Amino acid sequence: MRPRLELLDRPLLERIVAEALQLIEQPGARVSPHVVELLRDAGVQVENGVAHFPEALARKALAGVPHEFYLYSRDGQPAVHYGGEDVHFDPGSSCLNILDSETQQPRPAQAADLVRMVQLAEMLPEFAAQSTAMVCNDVPQDAGDWYRLFLVLYYSSKPVVTGAFSGPSLRAMLDLLALESGGAEALRQKPRAVFDVCPSPPLNWSDFASQNLVGLARAGVPAEIVSMPLAGATAPVTLIGSVVQHAAECISGVVIHQLACPGAPIVWGGAPAIFDMRTGVTSMGSIETAMLDLACAQVGKYLGLPTHGYLVNSDGKYLDAQAGMESGTSAVLGALGGINMISGAGMLDFVACHSLEKLVVDAEAIASAKRLIAGIEPRSDSLATAMFAKTGLSGDFLKLQETRALFRKEQHFPSAVIDRGGPSFSDGSGSAEAPDLFARAHTRVEELVAAYQRPTLDPDREQALVAFAEREGAKAGLNSLPGIAKVLA
Amino acid sequence: MSDATFAAMRQSIIDGAPETAAELAQQSLLAGLLPLDSVNLGYVPGMHCVGEEFAQRRMFLPDMMASAEAMRAAMSVLDPELRRLGTERPRAGVVVLGTVKGDIHEIGKCLVGTLLTAHGFEVYDLGVDVSGEKFAAAIRERNADLIGMSSLLTTTMKQQRTIVEVLEKEGLRSRVKIMVGGAPVTRQWAQEIGADGYGKDAATSVALAHSLMEDASRLASMENR
Repeated sequence: MRPRLELLDRPLLERIVAEALQLIEQPGARVSPHVVELLRDAGVQVENGVAHFPEALARKALAGVPHEFYLYSRDGQPAVHYGGEDVHFDPGSSCLNILDSETQQPRPAQAADLVRMVQLAEMLPEFAAQSTAMVCNDVPQDAGDWYRLFLVLYYSSKPVVTGAFSGPSLRAMLDLLALESGGAEALRQKPRAVFDVCPSPPLNWSDFASQNLVGLARAGVPAEIVSMPLAGATAPVTLIGSVVQHAAECISGVVIHQLACPGAPIVWGGAPAIFDMRTGVTSMGSIETAMLDLACAQVGKYLGLPTHGYLVNSDGKYLDAQAGMESGTSAVLGALGGINMISGAGMLDFVACHSLEKLVVDAEAIASAKRLIAGIEPRSDSLATAMFAKTGLSGDFLKLQETRALFRKEQHFPSAVIDRGGPSFSDGSGSAEAPDLFARAHTRVEELVAAYQRPTLDPDREQALVAFAEREGAKAGLNSLPGIAKVLA
Repeated sequence: MSDATFAAMRQSIIDGAPETAAELAQQSLLAGLLPLDSVNLGYVPGMHCVGEEFAQRRMFLPDMMASAEAMRAAMSVLDPELRRLGTERPRAGVVVLGTVKGDIHEIGKCLVGTLLTAHGFEVYDLGVDVSGEKFAAAIRERNADLIGMSSLLTTTMKQQRTIVEVLEKEGLRSRVKIMVGGAPVTRQWAQEIGADGYGKDAATSVALAHSLMEDASRLASMENR
């Protein structure tokens, strides 16, 4: 059996959805002028920028959302299945800093850092998708959103979890994706990317979030609502109250999105968190934050929508035991929750800092979590007696044919990042100079990046992507292509 | 009699009890206590105690918010009388606050505003999505000593630098001290963009604002010499 963790029972799920539907009717949700006409045409009352969504309309919109869809890799193969109990992971997104591999201190991220992270994630099978992971400080802000995506498309063939922080950015990013896919229609048929769209808590669809929902729906490119209730600050302090707010934000977003294009793919996602009452920080690594993610995803599953969460990151500043504990625990919990896409790996310091070394450590936690949800299965008619019939009480299982045939299915083999069977103090082979976790992780980063080869891209499309970047980059004041110039030279 | 009243005032702030705080303020006026004494010997020591308890992690943010609300309730009773007597509580400073352009997250900035107000600052909150030009206009209009810029998003944090540049261009930079804060903001970032101070949370912003005011007045007295 597949192990599962559920935090809510059915009566509670029903109450959550019922209260969420009440909330979007009264007090309603703030919406941008951009979508007022769309909503009024559908019979939604909008007064002073606040939309009051009728329950029947909300339920109809929810019923029309596809239960599943795929993201495709560059070669057109379905690579990420959103829906059901499938669990995938991608690195965290859009942070400003990177933990420098040499100094182990945070510093502003550059395009070259994002390139290395994309190369690394390309080499790690634990990551089904890439993310536009870092804000590149050597790229002008106006070009930042699409430039991140450009680098990912240039260096990766995996699907991408991305997002636009403005209306013009979204247009540029959809143009880029269409160039890479061979046209807008090809992109609609086989979307390569999903776009995070964030309502502002509580219940506010800002201009660019509203525009993104509509723009994505019409382009047929999947949207991923990332609702971020901050329990105790911008959302009710109770976990259950924040889950209701999350549901209300998601449902109101689904209505706007489905009105723009019925049946367009959309994800019930989020980055909920608790507000720490001692420090006022948004704790991304706390157990309550993981509980919120699981509960929110459970509501989405109950409604039949694909799901997303934000886990596998840490509030800690360094790659230490706290980072391992928070990230490892939440990777396991997210997998047990059956969340379709779990973003966040590699991140430290309340999602302010990325780390290549942490990404490879997190990959180990993800691999373990995936082993866990693969569960315990019978592999033969008898569970143990047939093997005992061969060995008797000799205890000699290593020689058995079954052992050789089955051990790969039973055991996951971590990389050398995990210290298992290394030098040991107990037999005298260990020493204080043995590489620590950071050193082992750094070695693996170097090995994987060195082994990376850029996936082939049709030369015409590559030329089109680069031409786009040069043209649009020039408008934003870029006279070279950071992270790429060297490759071209 | 008045010692017990001051102790009760102090306690009403620690308890975060606005009704009690306001009622004690009313009673003190009827009893003929000087309002400035009530402020300085009753309520303000309450806020100091709350700050200390918070620093020791024995009180939490919701407690602190309630204390600030109690302080506001007491001052709303005492302020008219203070004005009438011409013994207004000395202002700790004039602060203009806002969440930077492109960002609409205001919880952190509002916390800072509440706490600074409770600690005697005159606070003008410009709200969210505030441009450098709006900050500049408010600095002129309010004759501000300090500004506080907040941003929650890594992507909007860069606006803080832009706003500093606008203030430089408008010739206002030397007139104000600049505080920055928000989830992605660091001390290093504050230095990099030429801000004067960084508060890691709302509680530390109070001490930061006080120390920036001291820096400013020390500078002013040196210039006057």
